[in-house]
Amino acid sequence: MGKMKLMPDAHGRFGPFGGQYVPETLMPALDELSAAYHQAKTDKSFHEEWMALLKDYVGRPTPLRQAFRMSEKLGFPVYLKREDLNHTGAHKINNTMGQILLARRMGKTRIIAETGAGQHGVATATAAALFGLKAEIYMGAEDVERQALNVYRMRLLGAEVHSVHSGTSTLKDATNEAIRDWVTNVRDTFYVIGSVVGPHPYPMMVRDFQSIIGIEARRQFRQLTSGFPTHIVAPVGGGSNSMGIFYPFRQDPVALIGVEAAGEGIETGRHAATITMAERGILHGSLSYLLQDADGQIQPAHSISAGLDYPGVGPEHAYFHHTGRAQYVSITDQEALDAFHRLAEWEGIIPALESAHAIAWVIKEQKVLESANARVLVNLSGRGDKDVDAVLGYEEGNHGQEPH
Amino acid sequence: MDKSRIKDAFQKTRQEGRAALIPYVTAGYPTLGMLAPLVRALEAGGADLIEIGIPFSDPLADGPILQEAATRALAGGVRVQQILDVVSGIETSVPLLFLTYVNLVYRRGIEQFIRDSHEAGISGLIIPDWPWVESAQHQAWAHDHDVALIPFAAPTSTDPHLDAIAHGHGFVYTVSVTGVTGARTTVDKGLAPLVTRIKEHVSLPVAVGFGISTPEQARETGRIADGVIVGSALVKALMEDPDHAPAVAERFVKGLRDAL
Repeated sequence: MGKMKLMPDAHGRFGPFGGQYVPETLMPALDELSAAYHQAKTDKSFHEEWMALLKDYVGRPTPLRQAFRMSEKLGFPVYLKREDLNHTGAHKINNTMGQILLARRMGKTRIIAETGAGQHGVATATAAALFGLKAEIYMGAEDVERQALNVYRMRLLGAEVHSVHSGTSTLKDATNEAIRDWVTNVRDTFYVIGSVVGPHPYPMMVRDFQSIIGIEARRQFRQLTSGFPTHIVAPVGGGSNSMGIFYPFRQDPVALIGVEAAGEGIETGRHAATITMAERGILHGSLSYLLQDADGQIQPAHSISAGLDYPGVGPEHAYFHHTGRAQYVSITDQEALDAFHRLAEWEGIIPALESAHAIAWVIKEQKVLESANARVLVNLSGRGDKDVDAVLGYEEGNHGQEPH
Repeated sequence: MDKSRIKDAFQKTRQEGRAALIPYVTAGYPTLGMLAPLVRALEAGGADLIEIGIPFSDPLADGPILQEAATRALAGGVRVQQILDVVSGIETSVPLLFLTYVNLVYRRGIEQFIRDSHEAGISGLIIPDWPWVESAQHQAWAHDHDVALIPFAAPTSTDPHLDAIAHGHGFVYTVSVTGVTGARTTVDKGLAPLVTRIKEHVSLPVAVGFGISTPEQARETGRIADGVIVGSALVKALMEDPDHAPAVAERFVKGLRDAL
C-alpha cells in the first residue's frame, strides 16, 4: 500500500469531500479554532494533560481481548476493542475531553453540543462538569422522548437540555439548532461536535481525538498476536468510532469495514445507509454523502439505533469509500437485534445497538470470513444498557413496528 | 436581462436619495400559485429588488418564522423546477434574487443552477451557507452568465475577508447581528460602524438584513446602508392573513417604503 497523502489539505478537503460550508459569521470562528487546535497539537503539555485525563478519569487504555466463545462459534478468532468500558459507556468521551480542554485554552466559557441518542450529550456534559463549565445540549424532541434516561443523566450532570421541535425533531435538526446557537453566540461559545462531521477543522480534530482507539488497538493487537487483524469492523453513523479505529491502520494491510444501518431494509427507503447510497451533497458544513431527494432536500434517516440515525456521514469516510480504502456494508434493525442477544449470551457483554451492527456483520459473513482464515477486530463502541428498555419494548409487542 | 440590473436598481435609489427596499418571500408559501401575485404586489408596494426564497429542509441560517414558511412550502410539495417555471413567467421591472441553501445548488449542478436561474430571469443568488472561501471560484463564471453570487459580511468579518469580497458582484449582504433571521426590537448599535468599515474596503452597495421589521427600523437602517432587507417580519404578516397575502404584502411593503 502506497503512502497516502496527508488529509485534509489546507482547505479542509479530503479529495473532493469536506470544506467549510457555514454562514460567513462563523468563518472567523473556524479560523480561530483551526489555529488554536494546531497550536495545541504541537504543544506537549496539551497532549500530556489530555492523556492523563484519559488514563485517570476515562479509564484508558481500554482492553482488547479475544472473544473466545464467539470465536469458537464462528470458527475464526474475533477480538473486541472495549470502548464500552470507558467512563460514560462509549467512545464519545475521548473526543469531548479533547474539545473541552481546547475550549478552556481558547477562553470560551459556554459549551454547546448536539446529541442524537444522548451519548455525546452525556459525554459533553460530563467533561463540562469536570471543569465547572456550563453545557447546553440540543436534542431532537423525538429523541428526548425515546432516550429519557440520557436526558436525565445530562441534567444530573448540570447541563441544560433544549428539546428541538423543528424539521424531523431528530439529530439533524438538533445539529441545525446548535449551529443557530453558535452563529448567535459565536464570540464566547465553543461548539463541541460529536462526530467526524461538520466544517473543517472538526472532521480532522474529532478523528485525531478518536484515533486513540486505533493507536491503542494497533499496539495491543500486535502484542497479543504479533501481527495485524485481517479485518477491522466498526459501525458508522457520523463515523467517529470507526474513523478512530480505522485511521491508525490506514497504511496497514488490513481490510477496513464500516457497517451502516440498513434500518428496515435498503429497499424500503427507511434506513441510514448514507455511503451505500453514495449521493454527494452538502449538509452541516461539509460536502460528503447524504440521504436526499432529487432536489437536494434532506431525507429522514431511520435506524433502531439512535446513534446511527443520521442522514449524513463524515467527509473522510466518503473519501475512504471514494478511494476504496474502506468498504461500507449495511445491517438491518433485525440483524442488529439478533447480534445484540448473541453477544450478551456468548460473551457476557451487552453491546450498544450501534456496536451490535458490527457484530451482526461478522456473524452474517461467517462463512466467507472462516474460509479466508480471518482474524477480525470489532470496535465495540459502547455498552447497551441505554438500549435495554427500547429493545424490551420492541420485543414485547412492537414486532414489525418502529421501535420507540 | 443584463448584469447591470442590480447596479441600476441601487443607482436609481441613490439618485432618489434613499435606500433600496428589498423584501423577501418564500416560494410556496402560502402557495406556489401565490408567488407571481406576491411579486407583483411587492413591486406595486415599492420594492426595489425582491428576494425569492427556495425552501430547504434544513435552513440553518433562519429563525423560527422562515423555518416555518419553508416547512409549510415543502409540505405543500413545492419543487425547485416548479419554482423556476413560475419565476420565468413573472413580468417585473424589479431585479429578482434567489435565496436558498447550497445543497440545492450543488445537487442541480452549480453551473446548471446558475444557468437555469438566469434563464428564469434571476439576477443574483444569495446562499447563506456558501461562504466566500467556497464560492469564490465560481464568481467569475456566474458573472459571465449574468448572475451575481452575492457576498456576505458579518459583524465578525475580518479585514482580509472584506478585501476579498471587494472583487464580488451585486451588493454586499450585511448580516446586522450575529445570529439567524428574525425580527428584533432595535437596530444594533454596532451596525453603523460595521457598514462604515465595509465601505472602507468595498465599493459595492451595502444592504443590511436580519432583524429589520418596522418602518422605524427600516428608516434608521436606511440612513446607514444602501439597502434594507426585510424577510421574517413580512412573512409573519403573511402568516397572519395568508388568504389575502398579496394585499397584505403590498400594504406592508408600502409602509416600509414610505419610511425610507
